[in-house]
Amino acid sequence: MSTRPTEALDHGAAPWLFAAALATTLPHVEHQPPWLSALATLLFAWSGWLWWRNGRLPGRWVLAALVAVACGGVMVEFRTLFGRDAGVAMLVVFMAMKLLELRSRRDAVVVVTLGYFLLLTHYFYSQSIPTGLWLLGAMTLLTAALVRLHGGAASTPAATLRYAGLLTLQAVPFMLVLYLLFPRVSGPLWGLPQDAHSGRSGLSDLMAPGNIANLALSGEIAFRVRFTATVPPRDRLYWRGPVLEAYDGKTWRQQTSRPRPPQIEALSPTLAYETTLEPHQQRWLLALDAPGTLPADLALESTLTATSRVPIVQRQRFSLTAALDYRFNPDEERPVLSRNLLLPPAANPRTRALAESWRQEESSPERLVQKALTLFSGAGFTYTLQPPLLGEHPVDDFLFVTQRGFCEHYASAFVVLMRAAGVPARVVTGYQGGEANPVDGFVVVRQSDAHAWAEVWLAGRGWTRVDPTAAVSPSRVESGIAAAMPAGEPLPALIQLRSDWLRTLHFRWEAINNAWNQYVLGYNPQRQRELLTRLGLPDADWRKLAAALAIACGGLLLAVTAWALYQRPRRDPAARLWQKALRRLARSQVNSPPWETPLALARRLEDEHPALAPAVRELAEAYLQARYGGIPDDLTRLRAALARLP
Amino acid sequence: MPGIARSTLTTKPRPLDPVLAAAGRIILGKDREIRQALACLLAGGHLLIEDLPGVGKTTLAHALARLLGLAFSRIQFTSDLLPADITGVSVYERQSGEFRFLPGPVFAQMVLADEINRATPKTQSALLEAMEERQVTVEGETRRLPEPFFVMATQNPSHQIGTFPLPESQLDRFLMRIELGYPERSAERALLAAGGQRAMADQLEALVAASDLPALQREVAVVHAAEPLIDYVQALVEASRRDPAFQHGLSPRAGLALLAVARAWAWLAGRDMVLPDDVQDMLPAVARHRLRATQGTGMARAEDIAALIRTVPIP
Repeated sequence: MSTRPTEALDHGAAPWLFAAALATTLPHVEHQPPWLSALATLLFAWSGWLWWRNGRLPGRWVLAALVAVACGGVMVEFRTLFGRDAGVAMLVVFMAMKLLELRSRRDAVVVVTLGYFLLLTHYFYSQSIPTGLWLLGAMTLLTAALVRLHGGAASTPAATLRYAGLLTLQAVPFMLVLYLLFPRVSGPLWGLPQDAHSGRSGLSDLMAPGNIANLALSGEIAFRVRFTATVPPRDRLYWRGPVLEAYDGKTWRQQTSRPRPPQIEALSPTLAYETTLEPHQQRWLLALDAPGTLPADLALESTLTATSRVPIVQRQRFSLTAALDYRFNPDEERPVLSRNLLLPPAANPRTRALAESWRQEESSPERLVQKALTLFSGAGFTYTLQPPLLGEHPVDDFLFVTQRGFCEHYASAFVVLMRAAGVPARVVTGYQGGEANPVDGFVVVRQSDAHAWAEVWLAGRGWTRVDPTAAVSPSRVESGIAAAMPAGEPLPALIQLRSDWLRTLHFRWEAINNAWNQYVLGYNPQRQRELLTRLGLPDADWRKLAAALAIACGGLLLAVTAWALYQRPRRDPAARLWQKALRRLARSQVNSPPWETPLALARRLEDEHPALAPAVRELAEAYLQARYGGIPDDLTRLRAALARLP
Repeated sequence: MPGIARSTLTTKPRPLDPVLAAAGRIILGKDREIRQALACLLAGGHLLIEDLPGVGKTTLAHALARLLGLAFSRIQFTSDLLPADITGVSVYERQSGEFRFLPGPVFAQMVLADEINRATPKTQSALLEAMEERQVTVEGETRRLPEPFFVMATQNPSHQIGTFPLPESQLDRFLMRIELGYPERSAERALLAAGGQRAMADQLEALVAASDLPALQREVAVVHAAEPLIDYVQALVEASRRDPAFQHGLSPRAGLALLAVARAWAWLAGRDMVLPDDVQDMLPAVARHRLRATQGTGMARAEDIAALIRTVPIP
């Protein structure tokens, strides 16, 4: 089937291209500016309509104007034409515009090629299983469009799709071999553009009223943990993020401090666990309190926050240890203690007065802590995600007026009370709890588990954790946020699943996703080395890998070829000789379509090639005799006729 | 190799060659259609001729019946024709006091059913059942029809007023459907000069005995069809089912019909083996009335069949 690229495009092939183009661009709607999606939709609809009405495609000047408009829009929106988002936006526009130029087969091939490239761009945004499946489907559709471009009009859409599916299946072994054996580099293979990691949610390094309540509405996963031994009870799982020491009356911030290694004395046996962090663009690791010795490339700040040297921009796994009971900095430095007593002088006068009055009654810090907790657990205080707005003195308003709040309100109010009463205290943010998945044993911690608690310094005991939220709503700490919320509060669907089978389903899906993350996305150079060692290829360098790759691919190719040869209908010897004759005739510019009978060919040549005709007639008769006459063994006449062919 | 019957491309004379020649002298310029009618008869099927009145359908039937020595009868279908007018009736005989069966015109070896689409569906189906069963049941008694039994039905293009077009299920009973068409210029000139061929047809002598025909039909049925040829027939039938030009594809019965007709066609050409050419030649006559075009309401167009052939490679 030799068709020239400039040949006009078959009308029936266009729907395949539309479908393929749509499948490759559709998921980008999620992160594109709306005007771009609208423009693409408009162009798609226009080209579809033109196809339907057999209308005339727009001229070159219209297209040029459209390109200018699109480029201008992208430039205004992104301030550049390059980079991840702008580049992808340009590709989407190009795809939609190419559909307005579907004149020849060459245009169609451009659409398909662009489609294959667009497939790749989706991995900039998501590497989840649904994305993978969608792209697999889109790839099959693109291949089907290609099949349709090269095949006849007679085959049905189902046959075309089946063929494309078969091609995709045949590619699977090669994909696996390349995936497992292609030399891996740490970090991404191509330098991703600057804007590739943006817009992820998570804890921030400051706390203002409302921050964490917003997070609590997100069912997104923050990290997953696997304990080597049993999972500790949920109310002991405090995952430490940034510790906030500076307070301006409204907002809590981190205090830059001199690096001084914290002193930890473990009071209970250490637990080993492995955590897989989702990218959050920050350096803290959200380690379980209190972390033990860390691997070399990690650091423990003086506030006991474990951090990595570089921000976590891709999903990463760490092996850590923790002691649930500990003593932390019992001999804290003076400056640290005094800065944890600071309060802005004008803010929250009523709270300060209350703390002052407590101080008159009690001198022991432990009692003061108890007093504050008793205050919260008393009547009036409610735990809610929808607290009323607070005024000029937020803590005063909260303690004496609204009395409704979320963990950050309680932590903040508690620390202010403690500082005013002369007890060094600070706010700790992080995550609390997590959901153990019975299917694979992983503990999943979501954004909705984000939490804020307090830490007070007590002589002899060091920094001690106090969770005022537990006093108000013990169930928040014991069974999670869903249980703590009064009915009717908005919560993400994922964390309020109550029905049993839905929960089971949800756990299974979680486990599958996790396995995908751990084994597929987490297949790094180290894992590759481990696998190769197990396969008997210890310390493989890239040369060994390339050799293994070549051998595996070569073997696969051989196997596929052998299978194809085996599957091919074995040619009748007479038919083989006839094909040979046809090839020889093709050299004399005589072509016979596959549906033309040998006799019809001979008759045709009587007019077109009188010189060849007698020889071809004899050949045709000898062939028909041998193939359709029922005595296939006698090929002498056919061979003789073939020999006489010029 | 003596003693082994070899199929050869070289053609040999057939006992029906003189019949073809003689009929060709009566119906001028229609050798292919005469040959198709004979092929249909040899394949043991019935023929539907669709064309305008006056192009020689009746003359063709007449001539063939006389040349083959077949008992001929003709039924002119009209809107008031009743089933009994075809199959026959039992009448009471006063002398013997018994009922006697008066066989209808269907009890003949060659039946010309003229303008079959003028009769009501009920009457049409009486004939079609007889064609299928090769027997007639009247008043509980089943009577066999003579051997050979060959129906040549003619039909005017059904857009004429006052017709009952045959439904597809009935059309399938006809092995082949052909059109005669206007004669060529020279043939028409000769026809005008001779002044009508009908009288000549009536004077024809039988060239073959009717009793020889069953033996010839058996001979035709064993004409060699090689494996690749059967593959080809199957591929064509399958392709018709995928082809968007048709509402539905050819039935397995149509495949059998195609093979049988191709055998007869090959035999008439003097060959003992079927060639792909025979299949391609016969496909329109076998397939068109069995397929319904997607576009429009009528049966498949000749161009669609030609296009179908072009999608199937010859094995």
